Amino acid sequence: MTAMTVTPGTKLTPARVARSEWIKLRSVRSTVWALVVSAVTIAGTGLLLTTLTRGHLNASGHQHIDAVRISLFGMYLAQLTVGVLGVLLATGEYATGMIRATLSAAPRRLAVLGAKLGVYAVVALATCEVALFATFLAGQAVLGHAGVSLAAPGALRAVAGTGLYLTLVGLLGIALGFVIRNTAGAAAALVAVVLVIPEILGGALPADWAGRILPYLPSNAGQAIMNVTPTSDSMAPWPGLALFAAYTAAAVAVAALLLKRRDA
Amino acid sequence: MIQAHELTKQYGRKTAVNQLSFTVRPGTVTGFLGPNGAGKSTTMRMILGLDRPTAGHATVNGRAYAEHTAPLTEVGALLDARAVHPGRTARNHLLALAATTGISRRRVAEVIELTGLGPVADQRTRGFSLGMSQRLGIAAALLGDPATLILDEPVNGLDPEGILWIRNLLKSLAAQGRTVFVSSHLISEMALTAEQLIIVGRGRLIADVSVAELTRGTRHCVRVRSPQAAVLRAELAGPDVTVTSTEAGVLDVEGLDAQTIGQIARARGITLSELSTRTASLEEAFMELTHDDVEYRATVVAGSERNAR
Repeated sequence: MTAMTVTPGTKLTPARVARSEWIKLRSVRSTVWALVVSAVTIAGTGLLLTTLTRGHLNASGHQHIDAVRISLFGMYLAQLTVGVLGVLLATGEYATGMIRATLSAAPRRLAVLGAKLGVYAVVALATCEVALFATFLAGQAVLGHAGVSLAAPGALRAVAGTGLYLTLVGLLGIALGFVIRNTAGAAAALVAVVLVIPEILGGALPADWAGRILPYLPSNAGQAIMNVTPTSDSMAPWPGLALFAAYTAAAVAVAALLLKRRDA
Repeated sequence: MIQAHELTKQYGRKTAVNQLSFTVRPGTVTGFLGPNGAGKSTTMRMILGLDRPTAGHATVNGRAYAEHTAPLTEVGALLDARAVHPGRTARNHLLALAATTGISRRRVAEVIELTGLGPVADQRTRGFSLGMSQRLGIAAALLGDPATLILDEPVNGLDPEGILWIRNLLKSLAAQGRTVFVSSHLISEMALTAEQLIIVGRGRLIADVSVAELTRGTRHCVRVRSPQAAVLRAELAGPDVTVTSTEAGVLDVEGLDAQTIGQIARARGITLSELSTRTASLEEAFMELTHDDVEYRATVVAGSERNAR
């Protein structure tokens, strides 16, 4: 074998595991595409809806609209792409068997989980915030006199907070991926938690129950961050996002426990 | 140095590895041999801390694998060559693994050259043949220039040239004083590569022997063909001699060597038309050892078995 060029400073550290996860994330085409699709979805939906709304406003005269929510509406779709990418970052390791190489190189499993969560949090947050702020500004411009500025009450919080919400959905995806370890199963679970269950319960629960349960479901709580004006049927913005963060943290805790216990 | 102490792994009620203890020493290639399903891969995964033993434990250089500060520089492992993300290039796969331990980009380039992956290093692994995947797996195992290598069936799917390459690589790594632990279900391959063999069957240790010992331990038998076979048979009879005959005029003699038999025949004026020593091959020795411990055996159809009796 050739002369040793392995530097003496070699040591496993959490920062290096994070670097490894960053290399993994950017070196696969599908993850890059999923991020691009998320950004395009946010921008495309926002611009489409603000353009349609402007046409409607011109035809019917001024009426009350939630200019902030209309421009951010793409998040309803983007939460699926961001969330499913989170799922894939975890289940991709199991589907390919790469997890065994990953955990051989970095046997401290919680460091691997932490690195995946941390790297994706930064990447997802950066992608979503850029797309959301750009879409908000462009969308408000499209709305013209009905549009609002970032200085409007609640606007900045709604835009920045939506990015936080989407990032948390991505982390929830990673956690579900590590728990379920199967792409189809984990993606289905994510869609169920974020979209389907609130929808079904919304239709099925009697009104007095609905008011006590629906606001506290994970995605409903998290999306409260988008409310510019307080509404009676949802939590206050920051407590809502905090509750969603708590749900995500609980899922991460289960993932950590199972990752530590189960055979790779 | 790899040490397994009473390693046991149960999946539900099935015991994959059963109180397996052995030591793999540096400086030689140690073959880990057994039929499919004998628990070889499971044992290797337990050594690497990927699977948790039901009981017992394993250490590498005196410590559990996960407790090393730089695991990749301690142990290089190839478990499943296909276990890479198909959408990632070979180089990025290696860079990602190397990054965990701060192994340089230069070292990554070095193992790519060493394993002959140069021309395909920047291609996604989706289109890799099994042979190229094996080379990538070996490259990953060599990343940290480790003192211990654990390779699960590394010659599987390789062409003759690739097999020769692995054989020489493993021998040269061992000659540098490294511990090399290689599993295989083919004794013929191990006979050419390994010096020491740890043989398992159904999760249990069957033998921990050197290849030389195993060969020495095999039965030698002398085949004699003679028109006076019956006479010769009587002449050869003795306390430590077994003579069997499968066809008229042919004797298989154990306990006497060909020279002695020739002398006896000459002294009695018996004509010999064949006198040959047959050494049971390593394969036969292996089959004999593992006969009762084969997990999946083709069974003869009940009817024909009865007829044969």
